[in-house]
Amino acid sequence: MDDSRLRELIPDVIGVLVRRGADFASAEDAVQEALVKAVETWPTDPPRDPKGWLVTVAWRKRLDLLRSQGARQGREIAYDLEPPPGPVPSADDTLRLYFLCAHPSLTSSSAVALTLRAVGGLTTRQIAEAYLVPESTMAQRISRAKRRIAEVSLDEPGDLATVLRVLYLIYNEGHSGEVDLAAEAIRVTRQLAAVVDDPEVAGLLALMLLHHARRAARTDAAGRLVPHAEQDRTRWDTAMIAEAVEILQAALARDRLGEYQAQAAIAALHADARRFDETDWVQIVEWYDELVALTDSPVARLNRAVAVGEADGAPAGLAALAQLDQALPRYAAASAHLHEKAGRLAEAADLYAAAARAASNTAERDHLTRRAARLRPAAPADGC
Amino acid sequence: MAKYLLLKHYRGAPAAVNDVPMDRWAPEEIDAHVAYMNDFAAKLRESGEFVDGQALAPEGAWVRYDGEGRPPVTDGPFPETKDLIAGWMVIDVDSWDRAVELAGELSAAPGAGGKPIHEWLEVRPFLGAPPRVTE
Repeated sequence: MDDSRLRELIPDVIGVLVRRGADFASAEDAVQEALVKAVETWPTDPPRDPKGWLVTVAWRKRLDLLRSQGARQGREIAYDLEPPPGPVPSADDTLRLYFLCAHPSLTSSSAVALTLRAVGGLTTRQIAEAYLVPESTMAQRISRAKRRIAEVSLDEPGDLATVLRVLYLIYNEGHSGEVDLAAEAIRVTRQLAAVVDDPEVAGLLALMLLHHARRAARTDAAGRLVPHAEQDRTRWDTAMIAEAVEILQAALARDRLGEYQAQAAIAALHADARRFDETDWVQIVEWYDELVALTDSPVARLNRAVAVGEADGAPAGLAALAQLDQALPRYAAASAHLHEKAGRLAEAADLYAAAARAASNTAERDHLTRRAARLRPAAPADGC
Repeated sequence: MAKYLLLKHYRGAPAAVNDVPMDRWAPEEIDAHVAYMNDFAAKLRESGEFVDGQALAPEGAWVRYDGEGRPPVTDGPFPETKDLIAGWMVIDVDSWDRAVELAGELSAAPGAGGKPIHEWLEVRPFLGAPPRVTE
């Protein structure tokens, strides 16, 4: 049985249960139990209507839970036993679940964990493994998040921007162990895009696909980072790029620009170039101008300075960079790159070394250290 | 979320404000200290921020490679001059500020006279493994 197809049904099923009056925590527990049952029985006895099967079994499981907790009077249970006839599961149910899991009252880490569990259908163990924490730690995070949103009114309108931010956080974790969080984020964002008609959802999906399509080329066989200019473009997934560009163009045509669409447009221009020196940097700078106007993000300004360096030459890039705060993350790395491009190699080496010390992950640190070393004269081999 | 290491030192950190060696505390002061540390870890487990924690024995040695076919060199047990790690805790929290807040709380563990030790703790971010998308 295809595990991911089963998991795709989860947000719908939880949504139906919540719509029928179950509170979120018990609905989520009941659906997890129904999934276990599905994994046991479907291989030998596949249902004709998998979603209907899951709704029915989860509803019964929920009643079992209520009974065992003794939390309801008999007449309430009798009333509960027959599932109400309507309404037909609607997109709203699924959407409400996204809003609940990414509720602004939750910390980012709680929202991420809850979304992966309730919307993505991952087990607590899988989520814990992806984030390299003990399972008990992740279980606590999830149950605290569930307790917190138990107080949230279902009528409260959700915040789509928060949902998108949570999904992008998940994408950016990108572990590839048993669970590939980047692929998981794409899967869940696809589902969201199917139920909510908003150009920014499409923009985020396109952005993730564009990054994902180039993922294989971003590291070499030894796990070293390969800089953009040196990537083997035959390793890019052109079908995925084409799909992303189509999604993005449809979104842009609606003329409601947002930050994810702008970022995706930049990524699309990178993906569109057959060779690095065919990259349309002038247009990329224009999109960065849009992005800066939309977000006023210092990181966007930093990336813009690097793009200016490609479009108008290293001195122009350094001039753009000089207007920014040196304390920005990756400032030294950007500065090193532009100094190298300008032929100021000794300064570039020092800046690469400084950037390596400030790096937040080992692959980046090692990459920057190699860049610094490449620009310096070799040390005597006998020194130690 | 990011992981941080909280390092406790026997030696090597600046002296604590309430700097009395543990073997000169009253037994009930030691009990209070241990209870505080256990409560602290339990609270982090409950909040979903705990990753790992271990205490280290003070005994140990420096060891290094001494060339092909030769046994590694050790320089023997730690002398008075060496840094000494007493133990660590790994936490997984939302921000640097939260890591500092928790380290401050850990540093307030009670010591001699039942007063906080005010010991210096080292806080270090872990380097992540996967590269983030940056372009």
